[in-house]
Amino acid sequence: MSKIAEGLLYSESHEWVRVDGNVAIIGVSDFAQAEMGDITYVDMPDVDDEVAAGEDFGALESVKTSSELISPVSGRVVARNDELEDKPELINEDAYEAWIIKVEMSDKGELDRLMNAAAYANIAG
Amino acid sequence: MGAFSYFPQTGEDIRVMLERIGVGSMDDLYADVPADFIYKGEYDLPSAMSEQQVRDFFESLAAKNTRLKVFVGQGAYDHYVPSVIPYITSRSEFLTAYTPYQCEISQGTLRYIFEWQSMICRLTGLDCANASMYDGPTAAAEAVRMCVASAKRRNSVLVSARLLPNVIDTIKTYAKYAGINVVVSDQIFEDVAEGVLDLAGVIVPSINRFGVIENHLGLADLVHQMGALLVEYCDPSALAVVKTPAEWGADIAVGDGQSLGIPLCFGGPYVGFMACRTALMRKLPGRIVGQTTDASGKRCYVLTLQAREQHIRREKATSNICSNESLMALWCTVYLSLMGPEGMRRLNALCYEGAHYLHDALLATGKFQRVFDADFLKEFVLKPLCPVEKLQKALLKAGYFAALQTEEGYVTFCVTEKHPREELDCIVEIVKSVK
Amino acid sequence: MKYYDKLIFELSKPGRIGFSLPETLLADKQQLPPKKPATLGTVRGGTASEAQRWGPKDVFQGQAAAGSRIWREAPLDLPEVSEVDVVRHYTNLSQMNFGVDTGFYPLGSCTMKYNPKINEEIANLPGFTGLHPLQPNETVKGALEVYVGMDKALAAITGMKHFTFLPCAGAHGELTGLMLMREYHQSRGDTARTKVIVPDSAHGTNPASAAVCGLDIVVVKSKENGLVDVDALKGLLGPDIAGIMLTNPNTLGLFERDIKEIAQLVHDCGGLLYYDGANMNPLLGVVRPGDMGFDIMHLNLHKTFSTPHGGGGPGAGPVGVSDKVLPFLHIPRVSGFHGNFGIILRAYAYILMLGREHIKLAGKLATLGANYIKESLKDCYKLPIPTVCKHEFVFDGLLEDNGVTTLDVAKRLLDYGFHAPTIYFPLLFHQAIMIEPTETESLETLDAFIAVMRRIAEEAKADPEMLHGAPHDTPIGRPDETTAARQPVLKYE
Repeated sequence: MSKIAEGLLYSESHEWVRVDGNVAIIGVSDFAQAEMGDITYVDMPDVDDEVAAGEDFGALESVKTSSELISPVSGRVVARNDELEDKPELINEDAYEAWIIKVEMSDKGELDRLMNAAAYANIAG
Repeated sequence: MGAFSYFPQTGEDIRVMLERIGVGSMDDLYADVPADFIYKGEYDLPSAMSEQQVRDFFESLAAKNTRLKVFVGQGAYDHYVPSVIPYITSRSEFLTAYTPYQCEISQGTLRYIFEWQSMICRLTGLDCANASMYDGPTAAAEAVRMCVASAKRRNSVLVSARLLPNVIDTIKTYAKYAGINVVVSDQIFEDVAEGVLDLAGVIVPSINRFGVIENHLGLADLVHQMGALLVEYCDPSALAVVKTPAEWGADIAVGDGQSLGIPLCFGGPYVGFMACRTALMRKLPGRIVGQTTDASGKRCYVLTLQAREQHIRREKATSNICSNESLMALWCTVYLSLMGPEGMRRLNALCYEGAHYLHDALLATGKFQRVFDADFLKEFVLKPLCPVEKLQKALLKAGYFAALQTEEGYVTFCVTEKHPREELDCIVEIVKSVK
Repeated sequence: MKYYDKLIFELSKPGRIGFSLPETLLADKQQLPPKKPATLGTVRGGTASEAQRWGPKDVFQGQAAAGSRIWREAPLDLPEVSEVDVVRHYTNLSQMNFGVDTGFYPLGSCTMKYNPKINEEIANLPGFTGLHPLQPNETVKGALEVYVGMDKALAAITGMKHFTFLPCAGAHGELTGLMLMREYHQSRGDTARTKVIVPDSAHGTNPASAAVCGLDIVVVKSKENGLVDVDALKGLLGPDIAGIMLTNPNTLGLFERDIKEIAQLVHDCGGLLYYDGANMNPLLGVVRPGDMGFDIMHLNLHKTFSTPHGGGGPGAGPVGVSDKVLPFLHIPRVSGFHGNFGIILRAYAYILMLGREHIKLAGKLATLGANYIKESLKDCYKLPIPTVCKHEFVFDGLLEDNGVTTLDVAKRLLDYGFHAPTIYFPLLFHQAIMIEPTETESLETLDAFIAVMRRIAEEAKADPEMLHGAPHDTPIGRPDETTAARQPVLKYE
């Protein structure tokens, strides 16, 4: 049974969003990291890159699989978690602590399409 | 029809197997194939030959080829192949193994690939190398794709017109279908400086198709200022003495390993190599071997960073390459082990002195003009002042393949350590006789 | 197999050499550096003053060329070893390797058939190995006959018109074939066809090759029975479809029995059919892809035509086309010279040994062996699709769940002296074990493999822990692949 953090928004592709004003902090859920197994690399966009809701902005890699990271929102990348470059295992250790990118949202309305913790629990049970 | 040496099943074996499966005949195993697709005709092939007949057939074909003394390079170099190499590479443990997916029983393959990667890094001066590409031209084409993949939203590459024609053509082919804009340029420095719109990469030859050792001082800085990557196309044998891609500041190095002990063999199999800086490591196409340890702490080797590859990433892979030229990488690895630093230097010195001797002697005949005032190693071009066709015919008649014509009308020569002075003098005499 | 721990670099000792080269080619006439005649043209390159500052002689003697314009500055750090060091080292390495000559190699989709030795001798004839690829045609008549003969033979075997031999591997053939597909549509002004359909069970190279060729991928699902869902396919077809890539039999070893309808549908919509020849072996001598309606195909000479895999290559992936696509066959230059001539020679020798008589049994015997293993093991391994297979089939792990995975089974097989099957592919099942025996394996070999597979199934009940730790008798145990990928060490330092 994977952990689901309260107070976050979730996408069907298992990304979470923590909203901080106009900025969306994005990571992957505990369910996603458990499915991946030991994460060996996180492919992230650069700061100032544009991301679009529903499109991939990077990928998680493990030894035998890879999984695209799908952006839950559109906007401009304002920060990325460079610590993950050398320590991708931080996502395995605590998926909700290890954020991946921060996005300045161009359309906060896109958040409405995401799920709350309770709704997400139905698909990531 | 009688038994066949590659098929061990006896009639009785077949009967036992069919019985276990529960069908009456082997044809029944094809009951799911629409009947009109079962080929009922006689295959338009020769009747089965005995091994001796096959050998005789191919010996007769081989005899129809003319064995020549090769004084042409242009991407395929007639260097001596030490006898050790074919003995090692024909060991069935290497030869008949598949890709080393089961690392516990593939440490031999994995270890030599790791050595190959290490040696390619040492020759090029770059940080990491992959397990091999098909050949030099395809490695160049993949490097161009890598430049575009690394540079976001930039889609043009500058390709030196002084690369070998087959390298330029292969790059153009790959680029055409990938929608990459290729600009072939004979003035790379100027074209980079003037700014090609959305430049992603620049590819230049370390030694160009005229044999000239190019000077790329300042090129990398210029290319990097434009936000693009620099690719050097190299003859790995020559890298023992000419400036390395790393010394030029290049980001990627590619080329053909053929000059490292692989026979000419009418153009293949050869082996492409590719090396790059650490920052580009995860953009490399193809297989990569890495070092790790097993559960008991023993040092061992595995295929690694596989999430880049087609069997995992499918359409998002860095390349579609799967089979590579592993065994040919072993040829080169054994070659470089035998040659060592001293052998590689001596080899190049021999090529250099032979090529310069021939170059000067040819000029002295008065039948050629110099084209470039620049250093060369083993390959050079001259402008002929005599009828080229006659010259080529006279050389061929004496058993020499030399004076291949470039599109500009120059003739190329290439001298390796295989060719003693008598042969060089002989070429000069033939040239003198051409009227 | 014995564990041997050295890298060639670790055998190095300054002063040792493994080469034998003369000091000079010129004897009395040595003249370095050369005198330079007058300038007739210039390029950016070393200049005359460069030659004076840094004589090539210095460079060749290994003296530092710091500040040199064109000569290497960094010392070249290669191993310094004797010839016998090299021979022992690589012989020791080879003994940690498992090849087809070592034992049974049932690696699914890889067609690890026996590699005849006559092929090697043919490919090493000096009359072939000494040919420069740019020699004039009149001096390479024998080599050209090899291409002509192979073209004719492959056309006869596959029902295609002609082949190009430039592609160096299967995936390279796919890419080339898709380029031809694009040329075909382009020539008709049909430029909207930018998508290629691939089944979800396809080899990973199919979508990857399509992407490299600038095409978008549309995935068609398989049905419960493992075959392409024709109804789903109908929904995907349209004016944007360039074609479909199929391997038939598919990666589950099942013949796509609706191929006639699929061909009709794809052709009617204006698309072309591409045949991925990776699974051609069971059809060798039985069915010709050209007759099934395929327009373009590649063959893996290193699978179906017995050339050795060489630890991952070289292979060869000649591409054949039907009449329709023939005008475009010679358009793309996809490799340096004439493809992997040495591999083409080996495959030609194999075809001549088979001849029109034995070829008719090759595919059938491969299919017979696969079905025999399948039927002999289905009571202890889960067989998701219980129909007749072709050259290969897929189990979905052990029948009884003891926590023993497909990986455990594969690793345990190594202890028993067998190579493992392909595992975790195709992706349709979680515990896929894909077994392909080929026609060159005897009943005794298959029986021995079956016995070991049954024994492993027993061990899984009795001692699952032991299986989790397998292999136990190989030169190394399971490697730490996570660390290898997290902190890559890709070269010796």
